[in-house]
Amino acid sequence: MSAAQIELRGIERVFRLGDSEVHALRHLDVSIAPGEYVAVMGPSGSGKSTLLNLLGLLDRPDAGVYLLEGRDVTTLSPEEQARVRSERIGFVFQSFHLVPRLTAAENIALPMMLAGIPPRERADRVARALKDYGLENRAGHRPDQLSGGQRQRVAIARATIMRPAVILADEPTGNLDRATGEEVIRLLEQLNGGGVTVIIVTHDPVLGGHARRQLLMEDGALRHDSALEGAAQ
Amino acid sequence: MRAPDLIRFARDAATGSPLRTSLLVLAVAIGVAAVVVLTALGDGARRYVVNEFSSIGSNLVIVLPGRSETGGFNPANAITSTPRDLTVEDARALLRGTAIRRLAPLAIGTSEISVGGKLREVIVAGTTSQFIEVRRLSLAQGRFLSDEDWGRGSAETVIGAKIRDELFGSEPALGKLVRIGDRRCRIIGVLAASGQGLGMNSDELVIVPVALAQAMFNSNTLFRILVEARNREAIPAAKAQAEEILKLRHDGELDVTVITQDGVLATFDRLLGVLTLGVAGIAAISMAVAGILVMNVMLVSVAQRTAEIGLLKALGATGSTIRMAFLAEATMLSLAGAVVGFVLGQAGAALIRHLYPTFPAYPPTWAVLAGLVTALASGILFGVAPARRAAALDPVQALSKR
Repeated sequence: MSAAQIELRGIERVFRLGDSEVHALRHLDVSIAPGEYVAVMGPSGSGKSTLLNLLGLLDRPDAGVYLLEGRDVTTLSPEEQARVRSERIGFVFQSFHLVPRLTAAENIALPMMLAGIPPRERADRVARALKDYGLENRAGHRPDQLSGGQRQRVAIARATIMRPAVILADEPTGNLDRATGEEVIRLLEQLNGGGVTVIIVTHDPVLGGHARRQLLMEDGALRHDSALEGAAQ
Repeated sequence: MRAPDLIRFARDAATGSPLRTSLLVLAVAIGVAAVVVLTALGDGARRYVVNEFSSIGSNLVIVLPGRSETGGFNPANAITSTPRDLTVEDARALLRGTAIRRLAPLAIGTSEISVGGKLREVIVAGTTSQFIEVRRLSLAQGRFLSDEDWGRGSAETVIGAKIRDELFGSEPALGKLVRIGDRRCRIIGVLAASGQGLGMNSDELVIVPVALAQAMFNSNTLFRILVEARNREAIPAAKAQAEEILKLRHDGELDVTVITQDGVLATFDRLLGVLTLGVAGIAAISMAVAGILVMNVMLVSVAQRTAEIGLLKALGATGSTIRMAFLAEATMLSLAGAVVGFVLGQAGAALIRHLYPTFPAYPPTWAVLAGLVTALASGILFGVAPARRAAALDPVQALSKR
C-alpha cells in the first residue's frame, strides 16, 4: 500500500459545544489505495460523517495531515480545495440534495457548469450519463417528479459526471427501501469496478458487508480495520 | 462558471420563487416610477411657468414703481418715504433709450362695463397703440387703439373675447357703444381668445387709451411700463437705460424697479428646479427602501437555499462563484424592477399629459437616468451582504440543514 490515494496521519477534529469539547475524531491514521471499496461503519456520533466531510474537504482537521494523491490538501486555500472537490471527489448524500427547480439533466450537469465546461460537451456527457443510469426518459423531470431510486441515480450520475477519483457516499440508501437501496449499491459497485475509489458511510451491517474493507469507528477513533486484520493474518 | 451559465442560474433561482421575485421587482419598480412621475410633475411645472412667461412677450423689460430691494439709509428716504409715481411722461422719456424698440405704459383699474342692460365688472387697462405688439396679442376683429397723442384719450375701446361673448353673444360688437364707468366708448376691436397670460387674462380685459383710463380712475400714475428691447442682447442695455433715464427724471433717486423677463424667468426656473430636485430626493428615499428590501429578500433567499449553497460547495463551487451567483440575482431583480418602473413611470407621465394637455409633464432625462442608476446601484449594493453571507456558509452545516 505504498502508493496510497488517501492518507490520513494523526487527524484530530474537536467541536466545541458551549464549554465542553467533543472529540469527533481522535488520532486517526488511515490509508486507502486507489480503487478500494471501503465501508465506514459505527454507531451514531462515532465520527463517521465527520471523517467523510474531512475526506471531501468540506471540513478541516484541527491537527494532522491529509494527503490526497500525495498532495497535502489541508493547507490549500478554500479556492484550491473547491477545485480539488470539483475534479477529484464526487458526493452522494442520504437525502440526495438535488436542486428542486432544476431538471434531472440540469442537476447532473451542475458540477460541469460550476467547473465552466462548455455547453456542448456538457450536453454530450449528460446524455451519456442519462443513458448509463437508465434515466433517458426522465431528463426533463424535476426531482419532485422522480422516485427515490431515480433521485439517487441522478445524484450518483451527478457525482460521477466530472469523472472523480473518489466517490464519497453518506448513507446513500438511508432514504430508500431495500430493493432500491440494493440497486443503488450495485451502481456504486459498478463504479468501483471501473476503478473509482468508493467510500460509503453506513450503519447498516449488511451494506457494510458488501465492501471489501470495513472501518469500524467508535467515539471518534478507529476501532477496527479489516484491511489491517487481513494483513495480520 | 461561465457568464451565460451564471446568468441563467441566477434567473432560474429568481423565477424559482415567483411571489418573492415579483414583490421585489414591484418594490424597485415603484421607486423608479415614483422618481419618473414626480420629476415629470416638478419639471412639468417649471416648463409650464416658463412657457407662460414666454407668451407674455419676448425681450420684455418691465418698469414698476417703488423699489423692491432694501437699500442702505438714504437721506431722501427720510424726507419722502413714498416713491414718486410713475407717469406717462416717464414712459414718453423712455422712448429716448437707444436699446428700446417700443413701449407701452399701463394703467390698471377695475370698473364696470355695461351695454343694453347687461353689466359686469372688468379690469380696465389704459395703454397705447403699441401695447398689442409689446404683449404679442392678436386681434379677432377690428383694429387696436389708434396711434394718437398719449394725452388725448379718444373714447374708444378694445375688448377681450370673453367680454364680447358675454355682452353681445352672437350679435356684432364692433362699432357698438358701451359704457365703461361713467364714459361712453366705441368698440373698435376685439382681442383674439388666448386663454393664457399670467396674472392678467386678456380674454377678460377691456383696453382703453391711457389718458382715458387715468381720467376714469382720477389718477396720473402708471401701474407698469412695458418696454420691449431691440433684441435679446439689448435687454441689459434697455434695463440700464430705463433705470438711468428714470433716475434722472426722479431727482437722482432710483425709486423704480426694472425687471427683465429673463430675471423673472431665471428666478422661477431656479425655484422650480429646486422643487424638482426636492421631489426627486423624496422619491430617492423610496429607492433606498427598495434597496433594503432587496437585501432582506436576498437574505431570506440565502436562508432558504442554505442546503443548495452547501451542495454547490460540495460540487466544487468556490466562494466567489456563489457570491457572483447571488449578486447576479440581486442585479437581475433590480434591473427588472428598474425597467418595469421606467415603463410605469413613463406611462404615468403620459397619462398626466393626456389628462392635462397644457401641462408638459415630461420627466427630465437626468432624473430618469438617476432613477435607473440608483435602482441598480442600490440593488447591487444591498445584494453584496447577502451574497457574502452565502459564500461564507460552512458547507457541512449548510448541507445538514434540510
